[in-house]
Amino acid sequence: MSFILRRALLAIPSLFGLLVVTFLMIHVSPADPATTLAGDNATAEQIARIRHQYGLDQPLAVQFVRYVADVAQLDFGDSQYSSRPVATDLLGRLPATLELTLVALILATALGIPIGVVAAMHHNRWPDITLRLLSVAGVAVATFWLAIMLQMFFSMRLGWLPLRGRLTDGLAAPAGPTGLLLVDSLLHGDLTVFTDAFAHIVLPAATLALGGIATIARFTRAGVLDTMSRDFVQYARATGTPRQRLIWIYVLRNSVLAAVSQIGLLFGGLIAGSVVVESIFDWPGIGNYTVQAILTADSKVLLAVTLLIGVIYAVVNILTDLAQAAIDPRLRERR
Amino acid sequence: MPPAIRRLLRDIPTSVGLLIVLVVVALAIAGPWLAPYPGDASASHLIRRLKPPSADFPFGTDNLGRDIFSRVILGARGALEVSLLVVGASMAIGVPLGLVAGYGTGWVSEAIMRVTDVFLALPQLVLALALAQMLGPSLESAMIALVVTYWPFFTRIVFSETGQLRTALFVDALQGLGASRTRILLLHILPNTASPIIVRATIGLGFTILVAATLGFLGMGATPPDPDWGLAVAQSRTYLPAAWWFATFPGLAILFTVLGFNLLGDGLRDILDPRLRRSR
Amino acid sequence: MSAPILDVSGLRVSIHGEAGVARILHHIALRLERGRIMGLVGESGCGKSTFIRTILGVLAKGGRVESGRIAFDGIDLLAMSDRAMNSQIRGRRIGFIPQDPLLALNPLFRVGTQLLEIMRNHAAPGDHRARLLDLLRRVQLPDPEGALRRYPHQFSGGQRQRLLIAAALTCAPALIVADEPTTALDVTTQQQILILLKELVAETGTALLFVTHDLGVVAQTCDEMAVIYAGQMVETGPTRDVLANPRHPYTRALLACHPDRSTGFASIPGTVPPALHMPPGCRFAPRCPIAQSACPARKPHLLTVGPDHTADCILYETAA
Repeated sequence: MSFILRRALLAIPSLFGLLVVTFLMIHVSPADPATTLAGDNATAEQIARIRHQYGLDQPLAVQFVRYVADVAQLDFGDSQYSSRPVATDLLGRLPATLELTLVALILATALGIPIGVVAAMHHNRWPDITLRLLSVAGVAVATFWLAIMLQMFFSMRLGWLPLRGRLTDGLAAPAGPTGLLLVDSLLHGDLTVFTDAFAHIVLPAATLALGGIATIARFTRAGVLDTMSRDFVQYARATGTPRQRLIWIYVLRNSVLAAVSQIGLLFGGLIAGSVVVESIFDWPGIGNYTVQAILTADSKVLLAVTLLIGVIYAVVNILTDLAQAAIDPRLRERR
Repeated sequence: MPPAIRRLLRDIPTSVGLLIVLVVVALAIAGPWLAPYPGDASASHLIRRLKPPSADFPFGTDNLGRDIFSRVILGARGALEVSLLVVGASMAIGVPLGLVAGYGTGWVSEAIMRVTDVFLALPQLVLALALAQMLGPSLESAMIALVVTYWPFFTRIVFSETGQLRTALFVDALQGLGASRTRILLLHILPNTASPIIVRATIGLGFTILVAATLGFLGMGATPPDPDWGLAVAQSRTYLPAAWWFATFPGLAILFTVLGFNLLGDGLRDILDPRLRRSR
Repeated sequence: MSAPILDVSGLRVSIHGEAGVARILHHIALRLERGRIMGLVGESGCGKSTFIRTILGVLAKGGRVESGRIAFDGIDLLAMSDRAMNSQIRGRRIGFIPQDPLLALNPLFRVGTQLLEIMRNHAAPGDHRARLLDLLRRVQLPDPEGALRRYPHQFSGGQRQRLLIAAALTCAPALIVADEPTTALDVTTQQQILILLKELVAETGTALLFVTHDLGVVAQTCDEMAVIYAGQMVETGPTRDVLANPRHPYTRALLACHPDRSTGFASIPGTVPPALHMPPGCRFAPRCPIAQSACPARKPHLLTVGPDHTADCILYETAA
């Protein structure tokens, strides 16, 4: 427990740094926010009034304190696009993005790890060489292009899967408690919604997961090869542990340590990917919202999204550390 | 032939990478002479719009009747220019900062690394999008945004390499001989950090092409009528699934180019950085 | 005399690598009777570990048995499939004690899990946990119950070696192979472990093949000894006979180097030949003070030089 707490405290400096950077980004920006707010035909007097009203004539330090206070109260102002508070909009869209990224992450792990193990077991033979090429290709595909190709093939040509959205129009999303449709529909026993939500999530999640599968497979493979050369594997073989058991239970645990440390980084990639994927699949999440904000030049939304992602990132890093500690008993004692 | 190059060529994936990169560079330089319809960089021929691939138009034509094959070839120059400029500028910022931070021990070094870590923790694409929007959507904004998000990678690498070298025996010896700090940094430490920088830069070129294409796709990068690959995929969406070639070929161009840089980068890492060779 | 538990003859093993073929083991022959302790002595790099791996059938990549026979309790081990070795021999009828007990245990799993895994694969059905606890008490490990829940790094070196000795005994093997089991330990702990091993062998009736480079350990622990040089078996016999009356020039040189015996600080001139470039015939000839012109042409084979005492040297060719 104290381990979790200490790890959480470590995140505070980087979150503070994030606040400073975002603050500076707004104030270094060539566009004067007061001029933007006042509109194109504003007089100098109007601009000055607005500048005063928003405290933009105060010293930078005072503005920064005010900025931090606003952020602490989740007050990011109203969105120009939806004219609702940005925080409300974001919270409403968070579950959709979480559901998408979580499914992608699960997919990436569930496929990436076994692929990596199999490649390592056939080191330098064809399954391994194929994987090496595919894993480099997997990171080289442009997400937006892959999304469009999948849409074109599976939705437009074959008609197997829905083209866009999270749920077919007319179907009612189950009320709570998580906001994740797949989970909620199961909790309510609503199989119609579950199948429909599942069909909708397949393509976007697969698009998002591809890079992750490649990355995790790569690291797992390197981890297995490294572990196989260790003394305890020799010992386990010399004491007659069956090969499959040895690899899938004992070697695997040592090997995924490196892959797990990548999941934190990977999550950053998933978030970035979700901006593109959500906009292409019309997924009602934060990524889609962000693209709208970019197109309408809604800087408040962009700021809030940047901060939110920073926080998610910090949380994911803490979770990654916890996962590693769960795998490796030595890490638990060191702190 | 030096042994390093022979080793590079013996590895099939790496040679494939090198080959692709050479082809892309050749296209970037000689594109206007190689493309069958060089005028299609900007011209439009509404008569032959959205024609499927044929002998005359191997990749078909787009919504304005332009030869996609030509535009894919012509797009190489833009893609390479953007990535070279972005990676070059990122190196110009990141490498000196890393050297200073890694060689020093005081608060300057500490401050540089804290800022670097914050930038590294930010999701690149979102940061780049936000910056590009603030600066006003254009190719130049996109490039500045990419530089702002990419320099920390170089600082990180150079910092850790320099930190290790600072305590190396030969540096002690140089200090003993009275060599100046700048001299040690530029003549002795910098060349020793070259390998990881080259590897990172090679992979960075591919990565930048990918992100720049994404910015172009989202309308925050290249502007029409540039023969930009990302932009072409964005334009194609209205005409799917009928005009499948319109989306497919520019995307494949991105895939192969980035694949080439990544394969080459991987191979270079194996050859230049013996410590990592084991983990491939 | 009953059939030996381990009977090795004419064993040649080589490793095929990128740089060429290394003929690691050139002529290995030994007989180990049931319930006896044999010390296998040699300098580092002479092929002791390769020999053990060959017995257990876990040769490193590129390793190949060129010729010879390893009979364990009358079974030809070299003819067995990897699968059969796994299910019938390794960990079941031949126990193994590794050199470094810290590296031999997986750091991420509880000790109990790892020891019970060996029993799960090999021991007769029954209450494995209770039997394991019993064994841990026998190897004098403090708090056996607690030990099962702990991780390898939470034990001292001596305790870890006790754990692995218990692991080797879990399935009541007919033979235990120990690869320098005390090298990684300090002198006091080393003594305790040696005494424990001797007691356990007497108690359980298992045979023990004890690989070491330490003649002192052999003198104290082993009934018999076999000396190996650069992959060739040069001398075998009862420990007392070999130590009192070494017949092979290498054994003599080795004994002369031992601090207990030598008056000054002696060493054997020259070095062990590199594995890729072994001299022909007797591999010790280039360093041998009494080498003859015929030595490089000699095919290695052990000659009887006394009761149960053999040596592989041209010196005894005429006497035989």
